[in-house]
Amino acid sequence: MPKRTDLKKILLIGSGPIIISQACEFDYSGTQAVKALREEGYEVVLINSNPATIMTDPEMADRTYVEPITPEAVEKIIARERPDALLPTLGGQTGLNTAVALAESGVLAKYGVEMLGASLPVIHKAEDREKFRHAMERIGLAMPKSGFARNMEDVRRIAEDIGFPIIIRAAFTLGGTGSGVAYNREELEEIAKAGLEASMISEVMVEQSALGWKEYELEVMRDRADNVVIICSIENFDAMGVHTGESITVAPAQTLTDREYQKMRNAAIAIMREIGVETGGSNVQFAVHPNTGEMIVVEMNPRVSRSSALASKATGFPIAKIAAKLAVGYTLDEIPNDITRETMASFEPALDYVVTKIPRWTFEKFPETEDFLTTSMKSVGETMAIGRTFKESLQKAIRSLEIGRFGLGQALPDTEPAKSELLTSKLVKPNSLRLFYIAEALRSGMTVDDVYEKTKVDPWFLHQIQEILEAEEELAGSKPSVELLRDAKKMGFSDRALGALWNKTEFEIRDWRKRENIAPVYKLVDTCAAEFEAYTPYYYSTYEQETEIRPSAKKKVAIIGGGPNRIGQGIEFDYCCVHASFALSEEGVESIMINSNPETVSTDYDTSDKLFFEPVTLEDVLHILEAEKPDGVIVQFGGQTPLNLATGLEEAGVPIIGTSPAAIDRAENRDRFQEIVSKLNLKQPDNDTAMDVEGALAAADRIGYPVLVRPSYVLGGRSMEIVYDPETLRSFMARALLVSPGHPILIDRFLEDAVEIDVDAISDGRTTVVAGIMEHIEEAGIHSGDSACILPPVTIAPSMMERIEAQTKMLAAELGVVGLMNIQYAIKDKELYVLEVNPRASRTVPFVSKAVGVPLAKLATKVMLGKTLQELGFTQTVIPKHVSVKEAVFPFNRFPGADIILGPEMKSTGEVMGIDRSFGMAFAKSQLAAGFNMPTSGSVFISVHDRHKEGIADVAASLAKLGFNILATSGTAAYLNGRGIAATTVRKVSEGRPHVVDLIKNGDIQMVINTSVGRKSTQDAYSIRHGALSYNIIYTTTLAGARALTEAAKAWKEEDWGAYPLQEYYKKQHLPLLPSLDTLKGTSGRN
Amino acid sequence: MSPFKKNRRALLVLEDGTVFEGSAFAGEGEALGEVVFNTGMTGYQEIVTDPSYKGQIVAMTYPLIGNTGVNNEDMESAVLHLEGFIVREYQSHPSNWRMTKSLKAYLEDAGKIGMEGLDTRALTRRLRLSGSMKGILSTVSRDIPSLLTKVQNAPGLVGRDLVQEVSCTKPYRWDKGAPEAVSLPVGKSPGNPRVVVLDCGVKYNILRILESNGCEVIVLPAGATGRQILSCSPDGILFSNGPGDPAALPYIVEAARNVLGKAPVFGICLGHQILAQALGGKTRKLKFGHHGINQPVKNLKTGRVEITSQNHGFAVVLESVGHKASPTFTNLNDGTSEGMKAEGAMSVQYHPEAAPGPRDAEYLFADFVALMKKRR
Repeated sequence: MPKRTDLKKILLIGSGPIIISQACEFDYSGTQAVKALREEGYEVVLINSNPATIMTDPEMADRTYVEPITPEAVEKIIARERPDALLPTLGGQTGLNTAVALAESGVLAKYGVEMLGASLPVIHKAEDREKFRHAMERIGLAMPKSGFARNMEDVRRIAEDIGFPIIIRAAFTLGGTGSGVAYNREELEEIAKAGLEASMISEVMVEQSALGWKEYELEVMRDRADNVVIICSIENFDAMGVHTGESITVAPAQTLTDREYQKMRNAAIAIMREIGVETGGSNVQFAVHPNTGEMIVVEMNPRVSRSSALASKATGFPIAKIAAKLAVGYTLDEIPNDITRETMASFEPALDYVVTKIPRWTFEKFPETEDFLTTSMKSVGETMAIGRTFKESLQKAIRSLEIGRFGLGQALPDTEPAKSELLTSKLVKPNSLRLFYIAEALRSGMTVDDVYEKTKVDPWFLHQIQEILEAEEELAGSKPSVELLRDAKKMGFSDRALGALWNKTEFEIRDWRKRENIAPVYKLVDTCAAEFEAYTPYYYSTYEQETEIRPSAKKKVAIIGGGPNRIGQGIEFDYCCVHASFALSEEGVESIMINSNPETVSTDYDTSDKLFFEPVTLEDVLHILEAEKPDGVIVQFGGQTPLNLATGLEEAGVPIIGTSPAAIDRAENRDRFQEIVSKLNLKQPDNDTAMDVEGALAAADRIGYPVLVRPSYVLGGRSMEIVYDPETLRSFMARALLVSPGHPILIDRFLEDAVEIDVDAISDGRTTVVAGIMEHIEEAGIHSGDSACILPPVTIAPSMMERIEAQTKMLAAELGVVGLMNIQYAIKDKELYVLEVNPRASRTVPFVSKAVGVPLAKLATKVMLGKTLQELGFTQTVIPKHVSVKEAVFPFNRFPGADIILGPEMKSTGEVMGIDRSFGMAFAKSQLAAGFNMPTSGSVFISVHDRHKEGIADVAASLAKLGFNILATSGTAAYLNGRGIAATTVRKVSEGRPHVVDLIKNGDIQMVINTSVGRKSTQDAYSIRHGALSYNIIYTTTLAGARALTEAAKAWKEEDWGAYPLQEYYKKQHLPLLPSLDTLKGTSGRN
Repeated sequence: MSPFKKNRRALLVLEDGTVFEGSAFAGEGEALGEVVFNTGMTGYQEIVTDPSYKGQIVAMTYPLIGNTGVNNEDMESAVLHLEGFIVREYQSHPSNWRMTKSLKAYLEDAGKIGMEGLDTRALTRRLRLSGSMKGILSTVSRDIPSLLTKVQNAPGLVGRDLVQEVSCTKPYRWDKGAPEAVSLPVGKSPGNPRVVVLDCGVKYNILRILESNGCEVIVLPAGATGRQILSCSPDGILFSNGPGDPAALPYIVEAARNVLGKAPVFGICLGHQILAQALGGKTRKLKFGHHGINQPVKNLKTGRVEITSQNHGFAVVLESVGHKASPTFTNLNDGTSEGMKAEGAMSVQYHPEAAPGPRDAEYLFADFVALMKKRR
């Protein structure tokens, strides 16, 4: 069947900000879909609030709306654009839920928009557990015993019937929020209550636990001629009970015979047909009893999912692209397989390698939360590795994680005292380091059977680990020999791990290998196990006989990617890498991408001329560079990961293009940077270092409190704190000296109530252009990644803007920047302080690019290739007529116990962008995009630290003028009343009931303003913030945030909400800026 | 044992002189055969027990083999017929609830060599580029020139009747999942449709599925004549899969010609090639054949795609059959003949019985039964 010609314009809904359970895999799938649809000649309208996505690049879709993904916003866009159809299955759960809401409310019918891929009844049948269960019963497939509950009484009744352990799953939530395993009544009460609250429809499923069963996933595709193929089978290393996004997974399935696999395959196909997914990809999860083989269906997703992205990267089969083509009417046998060219997409990929995925967690950022994996997702990223054996792929995956582990061999925290007890508990309770505890347990003599009993990890996997450990032991106990070296490399051992076993450095091992000619070969991921010629150069390394790379004679440049997503290093850096690749291709230079993150656009096989899916470690990267011999290597786009390799690469003679690693080091090294600052006559906050408590106290005394303190040699603002008094400093020092023993503690004067400024600039070595100056909403001291910011700034005087520009240019010239650079400044009392200079791509590059309509990363790449900014036509700062706001999105609801207060340590996982004519509306949009409701009436609860009382009065007055009731804790209320602002006193939780949290629960509070000072906050403050978080009430924990929210509330109430595509913002001189910024300026700090 | 396994070293020498080094995870000695690669990621047990691999050394492209051991239910014949088995990494710690034995023990009990540790992807690419080649596996000799001479002197598959080496010697009834000897002639069964299966190397799953479709299944040796077949009063006749060159089996083609029109005929794999020849057609050797479980086949009647299990090195030259048959299925990868129908006969090149592989085409057995019932 050919493509449909009755459709002209298709609307795609993206997945919004990066959050836990919904990350950049949906940019990957959405980008593929946009490209596929445009390739077919359709006009594509896109909505996504996430500026760091490739799909929202203005040249991707025809019309790109960076607007909040809410039914209201999408309706506005539909009314404006009148698309013929909507493709809801490629934007994750957010896209799907939004489409469902639009279908249910009749918007789609009203505007005659057809839903492609999956209709409303199909989505309901797949997503509604009860309907799904009935469907499974009709086709004779078993599901775990379960029941649905809308209240606690139902929960108890059903639980009685099923028996413990019981799984609670909240209906209509993301990534298993509000889900958990209850082993007893008490846990049942706790988890079920949370689940009922988390569910959009106040419903939980109470389910028989298949804990310990083997877990599998099949990725399935169907076309409208009812052809169904399985793209990939995935087996979870972790048994049932751990969310599949939290599990180590392996493709293809390893421990099923063909008979069992075919039974699962038949079931998956039957499910596709019964649910009625018309076209596209779906994912079906199964559990298999380890002793009887009994198979049950766990769930299905009628859309492209995280696993689809993994399956696409694992097989080379582009699921999202094909899904888009199927949606417009093609059948599988009409779509060519890009990789083989001669065969069609209607087949099932055959792998001749093993793929291992390991999630990346950041529990260290949320110390209040126990490192315990459940059916609710907590990981923020993942890495994938390909090897010819499981052992090789596992060891590659471990070093790809970038957690300082280069094999199974390194020591674990706290394994010494009470070793056996600790090991047992670490085996029984799944956790982020369980793989390593398993290794430790086996090493300490526990048998595979014992470990199996405790973990339910299939013995096949345990034996694989055992074999690696036996190899380790043999290596450690033998005299190093070439033969052993060869064998070890074949099994996936890194040079670093071998060095540790043989008492040598990584470099000694590498040199030895070079002398012996032991180097990896590169094999192709080709979807067909070499049965057909493959044309797409998608490679992985292994130690075998034949290599399949064909280095070209063209000019070529390698881009080193950022590895797995983590807090602080995510999609923004991948965006830059992808742009580098696009720019290389525009310049006719061959692009070589190196990365290990399966969720990204950078690891799509058609993003670059060559893709190496490899760990981003010095060893693995050098191998590729030695084989390909590129003319240049780009390290400044992938975040900290490639930068950490820069010195090693340079020492190995690799031609790094752009800003030199020496210049990067000059900027990052505190002492060397201070020299630059004094040379250029710039200002830095007063600072010092200390090695012990006494030294720190003396330094702080000299500098003056508050001080910003942090251990050196830690990343991402880890353990950074603002300290207001000597007592807190003492306790900080005690902890910090433990974290980073032997390293100095850095002490900076903390500029209170200073305005923080972020600048992204680009330089060709001669000319420097400031690309964007961003004003932070939150004051200095909040990590820049967690702070909202505005472009262009709204409260900065023109003279100050000039100083910022001038200093930026001086710094760029001094450092010899070629490419991108980011500077953080603080403004206090009309003084400009340089806080930090990073001569590399920053997190804000995509936001600035979207805000000003200039593709900075592409320009930077071309500059690195030798072009001048003059030649590229970018010599002037673009000051847009519209206002863009970037807001951070936080994962607090995933981490029970975590406080939502912001500080110098970054905690956000993603960002959204609000764009409009006024600051207020742009900020309001950013809040909606971040998932909050903007209230227009109701009550605002205010409770602020004494330090902020003066500042809050204006805010309260403005809100009252807008018609909000002001509720406040006694102290704040008294202060406000004293200033003539009517405020009603509300009890703190400790003051008896009804208290503020009761009001939040009852829906009587629409906005929460609650500030604290310092690290510790009272239990009362914590309860308030936690209440706001749980009930998704818009909140702020800073004074500046309160001012911005007030401005937003005003705009939201008084202005029209218009949705315009980026293409129009860039083209048109928009309506004049509406400067109603009095409240934002406030009384202190702002210049 | 050390994880860096130091099994007996093994060599694979191809007829073009290519040498691969590895080690033997099972067996010892030498094995000669045509080297073919199979791309299935599951189903090694079915593959090693498939009689169609007589005369062949099978290399698996999926690198890890042996993961689930061997069980009693997934046998496709009573004896191992392949000549040798090549994998990238044998799994010495299998895990599966149905497992009764390791693959290593199973191969060794049958006296077969299992080789591992070589670059199987390089081997596959070599076979894809040069076509199937003869090869020799040896764990006893390191003398490459003499091994090469042996390979070059070995007979290939072309022109060879291997069916005689794998077919049953006596007729049997497939009864409740196992063979039970019968003597000819067998009396007419009153109830169930009777299928007479000419065993050219039949896979048990063909018999299992016929039985589960309510058929009485009588299996005859491949040498049975048309008259002998008809003497069993068949309601339907099935020409099974089997090894070797289909052009070397004139006696089976003759038997097929004699029974055509007397009862519905179903040909599977080699049976498809037999039927084509009985209708006057010809077969040809494919460059490296189809061996795997992911081959897309288009059903020309419905337009639907079926993912099929395949194992053949020869193909029917469709034009040579002329108007006596019409094509029913075609291979979407290379356009080769995958099925046809003629008056009272149907055949497919692929394996609707799967084992291993997708069950997408199992409905063909029901179609066959329906055809028989219509004729009754």
